[in-house]
Amino acid sequence: MTAAAALEGTVPLPYGPPELLAALGERWSEQLVSAYRWMTLARALDGRMLGLQRQGRIGFYGPATGQEAVGVGAGLASRPEDWIVPGLREQLIALVRGHPLGRYVDHLFANDRDPARGRQMPCHPSAREVHYVSMSSVIGTQITHGVGIGFALQRSKDPGVAFTFFGDGATSSNDFHAGLNFAGVYRLPVVFCCTNNQWAISLPVERQTRVERLSDKAPAYGIPGRRVDGTDLIAVMDALLAAGASARAGEGPTLLEFVVYRMTPHSSSDDPSRYQAPDWMLRAQAHDPYRRLEQLIDALGLLSSGARAEVAAGADEQVKQAIQEAEQVGPPSAESLTTDVWATGPRPAGPAGEA
Amino acid sequence: MSELTLVQAVNRGLQQAMRADPDVVLLGEDIGVNGGVFRATEGLQKEFGADRVIDTPLSETGIVGTAIGMALYGLKPVPEIQFQDFIYPAFDQIVSELAKFRYRSGGQYPCHVVLRAPYGGGIKGGLYHSQSAEAYFAHTSGLKVVIPSTPADAKGLLLSAIHDEDPVLFFEPKRIYRAVTGEVPDGDVRVPIGTASIVRDGTDVSLFAYGAMIPPTLKAAESLESEGISAEVIDLRTLSPLDEKAVLTSVEKTGRAVIVHEAPRFCGYGAELAAILAEKAFFSLKAPIQRVTGWDTPFPYALEHLYLPNAERIVHAARSTARAG
Repeated sequence: MTAAAALEGTVPLPYGPPELLAALGERWSEQLVSAYRWMTLARALDGRMLGLQRQGRIGFYGPATGQEAVGVGAGLASRPEDWIVPGLREQLIALVRGHPLGRYVDHLFANDRDPARGRQMPCHPSAREVHYVSMSSVIGTQITHGVGIGFALQRSKDPGVAFTFFGDGATSSNDFHAGLNFAGVYRLPVVFCCTNNQWAISLPVERQTRVERLSDKAPAYGIPGRRVDGTDLIAVMDALLAAGASARAGEGPTLLEFVVYRMTPHSSSDDPSRYQAPDWMLRAQAHDPYRRLEQLIDALGLLSSGARAEVAAGADEQVKQAIQEAEQVGPPSAESLTTDVWATGPRPAGPAGEA
Repeated sequence: MSELTLVQAVNRGLQQAMRADPDVVLLGEDIGVNGGVFRATEGLQKEFGADRVIDTPLSETGIVGTAIGMALYGLKPVPEIQFQDFIYPAFDQIVSELAKFRYRSGGQYPCHVVLRAPYGGGIKGGLYHSQSAEAYFAHTSGLKVVIPSTPADAKGLLLSAIHDEDPVLFFEPKRIYRAVTGEVPDGDVRVPIGTASIVRDGTDVSLFAYGAMIPPTLKAAESLESEGISAEVIDLRTLSPLDEKAVLTSVEKTGRAVIVHEAPRFCGYGAELAAILAEKAFFSLKAPIQRVTGWDTPFPYALEHLYLPNAERIVHAARSTARAG
């Protein structure tokens, strides 16, 4: 039975147009369950980590709550040869693509097992084995990196696509303009993924730009732009698969705007009561991608409520265990302070060398 | 061997590297069809194609950010910034991204970019075609900063830079792009990064310079010789990592130091050199260190001859240090 047929009669649909389910292919039910498991894990991770940050056990946390359909969707829709150039809330993509949860939690604790050797704030992981690029905290600079990777893919006749992520605030950055312009000129295999969570810390998106939709910026670069409901997992995957296929076919870049609702503070250091209307969170909760997917899973009869409870318990256990293990690992060695600055050349002086 | 100007040597270095390695790609403004405004990339697009010698839209942050992405994938991009004065839109990419990728990723993402930019005054370029911005970049850990002063070094250091695993900023002294010619070895003959060159031996005073300041410094050394002062001239060639041993060895011998650069004095590269000498060669010094530099003003147009250090100013400084103490 096709997904669309399975959904017939479940009116009103708890989810977007059923024909979109075709995007998931034959393994649609497996994909949906997998997406549900990942989103459940993401919720467990955000819940526990914000708590640990408040207890002072990790230094910072930037939750993805409300944006998981984009992260999970991109993780499932991308191929191993693709590249992920992330912004702040895209770590789920690395996990879905195979980066071990334990290593990511090591990174959050900035311990000696962190692949990035504890050099970055939490939520800035590097995972080359899944083509997940290291990010800085500067807004927008990664956009041109995605363009350069697109160039390299095109030149190397590599079938990969550079999925390049950023938020609504980044559409005001220099590199947004430079990046979309370059990619348009050279018709590069880049999919620009703007996760519009409607807030750049305290600034609402309508103060970020005069255009009605961020996707409306695409025509200025001669590329297609498309606004997508970023809380609808299937719509997200459909858009990513279509834009990816077009990039792979040599048709050039696309700008996708995923509209989502930031359901948390910007980060563990932020107090949204200073700038958000009191009803924002209530409105945001009505667009919860996790609840939406759960309703769909339920309507399709893919997982019983008992099975869903088991998934939730399992995810929480997985996160708990990763935390326990990470807390047993000490901080990076003092010696690592001065490695990796250069590959060759003298090692910079560190505390050991001071007179 | 070929007799080449400095800019021709840069061109030959690029050609050599591109012939040897298909992953070497060039990108920048006017570098392809036009061969670069200084002709550094003349003929290269014709030989290697428009997808390896890429004419870009006019955006320095776009050029450097794109080069970074290429390097993350594994290519060896050599972007050109048309004048170093226009590097600032890419400052964020260079300082926040290029310099830090290897470190912040625990070594997973080396970022091998060789960024070329002509720098310096003496061409009647005014404020925005004359600057010497090397100190900003030498201050940033993770970057290597190289400035050649001869055709042979230009080619040899450029080849080393392209074969280095680290990001290298390769600043070319445009004032002497064509002013000097010299013998340049054919083929892949490299000059190592991180080694200074003693271009003239001496015993009484050490003159430290680089890039376009080498010719006036050598002229000053000749003039000093006629006064009976034996000046040693050290061409630093690499500002970061500095060949500290060469600097200290020279001053331990001469006991006197004059530092020459055309960038402004305050917090210029000479300040670091002077600090290193004060820290590590204090007891060898017989006289205060002298700096001969550009002034702490924006780079002037009509009065650039008063701004740029020349042989007379260098002689004056060397004389005063030689007579002191």
